[in-house]
Amino acid sequence: MAKLPTSDQLLAATPTSFPDKGWMEIKPEFTPGTYPYPAKEATMKALGFPNAHTWAPQDEDWNLPENWEEIIYNGLKERLEKHRSLKVFMDTCVRCGACADKCHFFLGTNDPKNMPVLRAELLRSIYRKDFTLAGKILGKIAGARSLDKAIIKELFSYAYQCTECRRCSLFCPYGIDTAEITAIVRELLYELGLGINWVIEPVSNCNRTGNHLGIQPHAFKEIVEFLCEDIEEITGIHIDPPFNEKGHEILVIAPSGDIFADPGIYTFMGYLMLFHEIGLDYTLSTYASEGGNFGSFVSFDMAKKLNAKMYHEAERLGSKWILGGECGHMWRVINQYMATYNGPTPACMEVPKSPITGTVFENASATKMVHIVEFTADLIKHNKLNLRPERNDHLITTWHDSCNPARAMGCFEEPRSIINAVCNNFVEMPEHTIREETFCCGSGSGLNSEEIMDLRMRGGLPRANAARWVADHNNVNRIACMCALDRAILPPLMDYWVPGVDVSGLHELVGNALIMKGEIPRTMDLRQEDLEYPDPEVEEDEIEENGVENASEEQDNGGEE
Amino acid sequence: MTIALAAILIILAIGLGGALIGMQYVLGVILPLVALLVFIIGFIWRIIDWAKSPVPFAIPTTGGQEKSLNWIKPARLDSPTTTMGLLGRMGLEVFAFRSLFRNTHAVRTEVDGTPRITYYSSKWLWLFALLFHYCMLVIIVRHARFIFDPVPLLINVIEFGDGLLQVGTPRFFLSDAIIVGALLFLLLRRICTERLRYISLPADYFALFLLLSVVLSGMCMRYIEKVDIAMVKVVVMGLVTFDIPTMEQLVQIGPIFYVHVTFVSVLLIYFPCSKLMHMGGIFFSPTRNMKVNTRQVRHINPWNPPKKFHTYAAYEDDFRVIMEEAGLPVDKASEATPDTDKDTA
Repeated sequence: MAKLPTSDQLLAATPTSFPDKGWMEIKPEFTPGTYPYPAKEATMKALGFPNAHTWAPQDEDWNLPENWEEIIYNGLKERLEKHRSLKVFMDTCVRCGACADKCHFFLGTNDPKNMPVLRAELLRSIYRKDFTLAGKILGKIAGARSLDKAIIKELFSYAYQCTECRRCSLFCPYGIDTAEITAIVRELLYELGLGINWVIEPVSNCNRTGNHLGIQPHAFKEIVEFLCEDIEEITGIHIDPPFNEKGHEILVIAPSGDIFADPGIYTFMGYLMLFHEIGLDYTLSTYASEGGNFGSFVSFDMAKKLNAKMYHEAERLGSKWILGGECGHMWRVINQYMATYNGPTPACMEVPKSPITGTVFENASATKMVHIVEFTADLIKHNKLNLRPERNDHLITTWHDSCNPARAMGCFEEPRSIINAVCNNFVEMPEHTIREETFCCGSGSGLNSEEIMDLRMRGGLPRANAARWVADHNNVNRIACMCALDRAILPPLMDYWVPGVDVSGLHELVGNALIMKGEIPRTMDLRQEDLEYPDPEVEEDEIEENGVENASEEQDNGGEE
Repeated sequence: MTIALAAILIILAIGLGGALIGMQYVLGVILPLVALLVFIIGFIWRIIDWAKSPVPFAIPTTGGQEKSLNWIKPARLDSPTTTMGLLGRMGLEVFAFRSLFRNTHAVRTEVDGTPRITYYSSKWLWLFALLFHYCMLVIIVRHARFIFDPVPLLINVIEFGDGLLQVGTPRFFLSDAIIVGALLFLLLRRICTERLRYISLPADYFALFLLLSVVLSGMCMRYIEKVDIAMVKVVVMGLVTFDIPTMEQLVQIGPIFYVHVTFVSVLLIYFPCSKLMHMGGIFFSPTRNMKVNTRQVRHINPWNPPKKFHTYAAYEDDFRVIMEEAGLPVDKASEATPDTDKDTA
């Protein structure tokens, strides 16, 4: 693994101008720190990939299958016939350049091929050669080029320098979505047996064990119970979450990163505390123990395959609807693909209705899956939660809109309403870096592996830079987000560019602020760090009064239609 | 760029040379009719070709707040859930270039040795692109006077507005000046900006040169090298009514007319096989033309493959014993024979 250069070295190594040669003349280079490790042949084979083989990006020969040109030609042809998006996006680009400086990888690397327009041209040039009259006749003059092995390498290099964040698609006057192009290029590469380990291992794990991390059922239960012990230590309240139990109203599916890794675990603790406090009739599942979907970084079919477990498990358990955790790409799949892939929903499922507030989530009436941020925002709006935001007073928080909930869902006000209810100090990052214009963490879509730290720090620069602004000007020390990948990716990014800014999931902050019935006065936050403003010592009966009775009196104020 | 320029000069030579050596019939009758046919058939063919590919997934780019809880105001135009909203979004996109209006310009500086990226609003591309397209529209509408007799009021009104400056004879059109300015802006930014220069293909310059040539040859004909405009109308009317003009009529019109017609014809032929098809493409873009109601209405994928996944039964077969030991409920107690066939994965 390459040693990560310091931020000064990294900046010094960033080219300030473009190469003299045209982009078609420049061959891809594979220097350590810039390419992800290849997927293992055995894992690829077990998942049924054709042409799985052993290869390495830095090798001269990638051991491509004999008929690799035919595979790409047929693969591209098939996809042009299956996706109108691809055909239209191949044909309509005018190279106006509006997308160029919208890409975080371009801003961080100044590599021209990281301009979304050129990333797409890599594929477009092949498309022109094989599928357009002008390209066939005029060749290079028409921007066409014949396929060769260096182009395959180039496609690999740049399909894995795109996090499918869709920021460019927002600014494109024709709505050209590079995520669509990257996803299809990755599919084509998988047909050649070229995959990356950081994606394929989780996919393989998820297929068999139910989650990306390969946590087996007993271990899953143990980890959650361990988190419950922590909750008990902090709040004095014992929680016993149900697993794989039939007959509960709601199936809860969170990204598995949240039960496994710091700081995601605090978010998961927040979920458990919330569910306990409102008396939610729910179950967790060890089989559908993954909200995320690394399959969506492989192919549409793989995404469908992994996603299918959710409805399958809801049907087996007889759940009425599914409540989904805080995750980014998970919600790209659920919000835009799930109903199409694996709908219609099993007969036992109903349009989601909050059992606490009675709110019917009409916006999820087909998919029957609600985002926990929508769910909690509704609870807070209806005054169903007793909150003490002072417990988060040691934090000055900013909000990172994760790409997929932002540009594939439009979930902006829900998290802000929650954060304003649970934190007294909230500061927005500068305009053009938030909401629909938000910047990627720099390592989404399966690029959060250690071996490409150099690239990740570059890709995350625009996000970190905006965080730095509020850290410098507003003393922000916490960046909150609703994405499990963010929670894994932002901590090293912040350490690198903006030391002193920590990362939280939204429900960690909710868990901190949530006053639970019968809890002990809190002296620690969910990280078991001493609270700067601990709860005053109060009598037991006073807490009771602050409990749900108070809340139910205010029940009618919310104004439900 | 030189390739594009060379191509333009060749077209110019054909137009001018053809008119001088007496090929008015080819340039003035055959070429425009063929070009029009190519344009119409080509355009329709391209649209059909796009339409043939299905839209398997609903992938709208959400440009604003989703419609979720009833106390949160949704962005009706940037994340439309209704047909009206969607028409609004598409309308803004087509008529006002809404996405381009968002454009920003990232500037990287250094402050105390740390990088700082600042994003400035940047509306120049939006402004000049919009100016170009609307002037183009005005000019096309103005040209419609050649195929209508009597000339409809609307055309006269537009022409009056366009000539509002009331300078020169014939009256100088604002749209002529603006379109040249806008095209020069689009050309200069392509030449002067490092990024644009790097991504530009010969085709990108060719399209701009061709449009400039069409406009300049037209302006030349109107303001400098004037032609028998009454005869032009007779000829054009003849073409559209298939009352083919005679050679006698054709030779009365100066060569600059044939240059203009040649450029226009090339533009028409070039249009369907080029990026100029973005005019049709914008309507087909699934990130813009789909409603943001993807959890509310199930989008159907016509080629949706059958479900193949690792079933719960297969999972339980794999982990039954440890699940039982961990106190997790199981569907089949462990003495049952594992049924591995259920793994359809």
